[in-house]
Amino acid sequence: MNAKLMRLRGLVRKETLQILRDPSSIAIAFILPTLLLLLFGYGVSLDAHHVGLGLVIDKPSAAATSFTSEFRHSPYFTPHNFTSESAAERAMNNGDIDGFIWLQGDFARQLAAGQSPAIGLFVNGINANNARLIENYVTQSWADWVIHQAALAGVANPDPIDLEPRIWFNPAVRSRDYLVPGLIAVIMTLTGALLTALVIAREWERGTMEALMVTKVSMHEILISKIVPYFLLGMGGMVVSVLIATWLFGVPLLGSLIVLGLASSLFMLASLGMGLLISTVAKSQFVAGQIAIITTFLPAFILSGFIFDISSMPAPIQLLTHIVAARYFVAILQSLFLAGTVWPVILPNLFALLVMAVIFLGLARLAARKRLD
Amino acid sequence: MPPPPETAPNALVLTGVTRRFRVSKRVVTALEGVSAQTAPGLVTGLIGPDGAGKTTLMRLIAGLLRLDDGTIWVFGTDVSTDPLKVQGMISYMPQRFGLYEDLTVQENLDLYADLQGVPVAARPTRYAELLHMTGMQPFTQRLAGRLSGGMKQKLGLACTLIRPPRLLLLDEPTVGVDPVSRRELWRIVDHLVRGAGMSVLLSTAYLDEAERCDEVLLLHEGQLIGAGKPGDFTQAMAGRSFLTRAEGTPKRVLQTALSSTPGVTDALIQGETVRLVLNAGVTPETIQPTGITGLTLTPAAPRFEDRFVDLLRAKTGTQALATPTPPAAASAPQEAVIEVDHLTKRFGVFAAVDDISFTVKRGEIFGLLGANGAGKSTTFRMLCGLLPATSGKLRVDGFDLRTAAAIARGRLGYMAQKFSLYGDLSVIQNLRFFAAAYGLRGARRVERINWALNEFKLGDYADATSRDLPLGFKQRMALACALMHEPDVLFLDEPTSGVDPLARREFWRRINALAELGVTVLVTTHFMDEAEYCDHLVIMAQGRILASGTSEELKSAARTAELPTPTMEDAFVALIAAASAQQSGQAA
Repeated sequence: MNAKLMRLRGLVRKETLQILRDPSSIAIAFILPTLLLLLFGYGVSLDAHHVGLGLVIDKPSAAATSFTSEFRHSPYFTPHNFTSESAAERAMNNGDIDGFIWLQGDFARQLAAGQSPAIGLFVNGINANNARLIENYVTQSWADWVIHQAALAGVANPDPIDLEPRIWFNPAVRSRDYLVPGLIAVIMTLTGALLTALVIAREWERGTMEALMVTKVSMHEILISKIVPYFLLGMGGMVVSVLIATWLFGVPLLGSLIVLGLASSLFMLASLGMGLLISTVAKSQFVAGQIAIITTFLPAFILSGFIFDISSMPAPIQLLTHIVAARYFVAILQSLFLAGTVWPVILPNLFALLVMAVIFLGLARLAARKRLD
Repeated sequence: MPPPPETAPNALVLTGVTRRFRVSKRVVTALEGVSAQTAPGLVTGLIGPDGAGKTTLMRLIAGLLRLDDGTIWVFGTDVSTDPLKVQGMISYMPQRFGLYEDLTVQENLDLYADLQGVPVAARPTRYAELLHMTGMQPFTQRLAGRLSGGMKQKLGLACTLIRPPRLLLLDEPTVGVDPVSRRELWRIVDHLVRGAGMSVLLSTAYLDEAERCDEVLLLHEGQLIGAGKPGDFTQAMAGRSFLTRAEGTPKRVLQTALSSTPGVTDALIQGETVRLVLNAGVTPETIQPTGITGLTLTPAAPRFEDRFVDLLRAKTGTQALATPTPPAAASAPQEAVIEVDHLTKRFGVFAAVDDISFTVKRGEIFGLLGANGAGKSTTFRMLCGLLPATSGKLRVDGFDLRTAAAIARGRLGYMAQKFSLYGDLSVIQNLRFFAAAYGLRGARRVERINWALNEFKLGDYADATSRDLPLGFKQRMALACALMHEPDVLFLDEPTSGVDPLARREFWRRINALAELGVTVLVTTHFMDEAEYCDHLVIMAQGRILASGTSEELKSAARTAELPTPTMEDAFVALIAAASAQQSGQAA
């Protein structure tokens, strides 16, 4: 065996043994993804369920009951009855309900008279997500109900209120289905960048890097020995995440597995490059952890379009998202999971990932010096 | 691998080696124009206190740092132009041995064998040889992190020797390990290295190790202040070292008097005597310390440290130290200030401190001597009331640490290892903080802070950031902080590790003065020399007290026919040997 291969074998074997013995690597690679997936899959949901909604009916009537029954049977709301508008307002101030509908005394009369009655809708805007949901849902329900009533009465094309028809709510789309694939990108960033930066910083802290550097080993051998095991570890985490996503959460996976593997590999390489780059600056685990979280983990969370829609960000921030590798990966993942292998979406993002991987690995190689200064 | 033909007569040639570092906004010169050469096949000691530039020089030779100026040749190869070739010729053991703690002994050896390109076929023989030499055969499957300090050090050495290098660089291999392990390391160096004709550069802050080297490079504050055979260093001091006594005069009073006597280079307490080093050309008859009668001088063998102090004095131009504190009045009454009675501390099943008892009298300097892990720091923490004892009694200045820890703490000053100061604060800010922390306020606080600035000559540095101070100043400042509230009892945890001999002397001069004023001083140390300054000491190993007494008593217990004048280290090694013999006797 030539000396170079022997050194590489020794380093890779060492790295593998360390991964196997060190509970923290295993934790970051497998336990953390599982925890995050469970947390996001079960805990965090952008869908509304059982939103507290107050109903204030000044004067009970058949029409009012008919309209409000929509809400009583909806899984999205938990209705509360109030006898006066002021009581409902108090309840909203106390946070018991997120909004209320006020059907004033002349609701039934106006309706009967063919007029469009004024419906009071009060929404607590603090929880913007729920507020928008209530607004949309109530508007939609009202429109549905009016059409339904008209149909019952045999009137065609009623136009009782100003309606702004748009596709704004689709109860079938669960937020979990787009959060989970996005989350996989975040998890891969963690294993790739954070873990790599941490383990190299650990070598600096313990003085083993110094000992390594004085052997004949070359810098790219050290880098390869870090990339290979952590690439495999990261891909392992990826497989676990995909299994959890599809089996536990029932997220569909409509696209090609080969494309998924390819995109993940490229993204993993970009993350590893980022981690290696960080490790050339950060010589302590604490600093490495901080830098990795600020430069990779947080952007993957915030700027990747995983939770926050990129197109609704201000232009400078949108520009910034282009250097976040997770952005391209999230786009690919969401497409592969939910829409299938949509090449017009996947190809440009795949290419961007390739460019990112080359840039970060290249920078890491350039920055890594076999010297302490 | 057959040794390549000799291309250069010297193993190592340094010319004008200079290296500077940028520390925040300042430029620190770590090495300044160091020129030296070492012959092949020799063990060269790179000796100097912390901050002298030893590690920087090692790293420069290993090609880990860039040179700012000068050249380094290793067997005729310039490190700056071909670091990889040099790295192929050398092995380097950094300060923490460069071991992977989560790999086993065998896996560490395998890794370094792979890295050094040792052919697989040649490995079993080499492994067997190294494991035999280091006595590690039974531990090949143990994780390196679970080894004792001494064993780690031996494994580190084995890893660097897996492929015999032409030049072996060992950076402070003996720091913090017990004397027994130190001796074993030297034995391995002698056998493996000298036997194989290897060249070695070994750095150390222990001056007594100089005498084990073939050649010595003496570094101080980045400059080479001496080079040559260790014998040459001590030879220069021939006829200048004496052990002195004066009937009826306490040793500290004698030391104080001698220090301020003209013609004296150094006066240092050694056991019950004062070790005196005279300036060159001064005859012992002319030494007349004021107020001392009946002085007797016995010639002593010169030590390496004598020469170091001599060189430093020549360089800095200072004479032996003047003494600001008056010799104290009559000895304090013999009351016990610290009482430790059957003290035990267990962490789970492991007894860090195992049934120890001792008492310290007022005004006494009491030493706890032992290697890292002997239980010294644990004992200290219990005495400070920072850690509850598992069983046993502890009283400091009459207060039981179990019931009145806070009161007891108010009476003691504590100077932690590594000087726990706030590096980002200035000297004056640190002093203010500690004064406030000790509850001093108003005029008294101002008074104490001024006292600290004057007494410790910190006035010029009042606004300097503590982190940037030289080690000796940090040490002074730490002592000033510990003394801020005028404690009756002073605890010093490894107070002088790594500081240069002059700073160490100055520090001990202050401690002596305090003891004369009736302050009780308890000090831990793993420096065998430092034990000599103590009135009374206990030697600890594995949580137990192996022996106690004055340094004279401990040393004379180790006296044998082969070893008529044992050192403190000899005494320590003998005690450890006796203890382990007893243990194996019990086991059998």
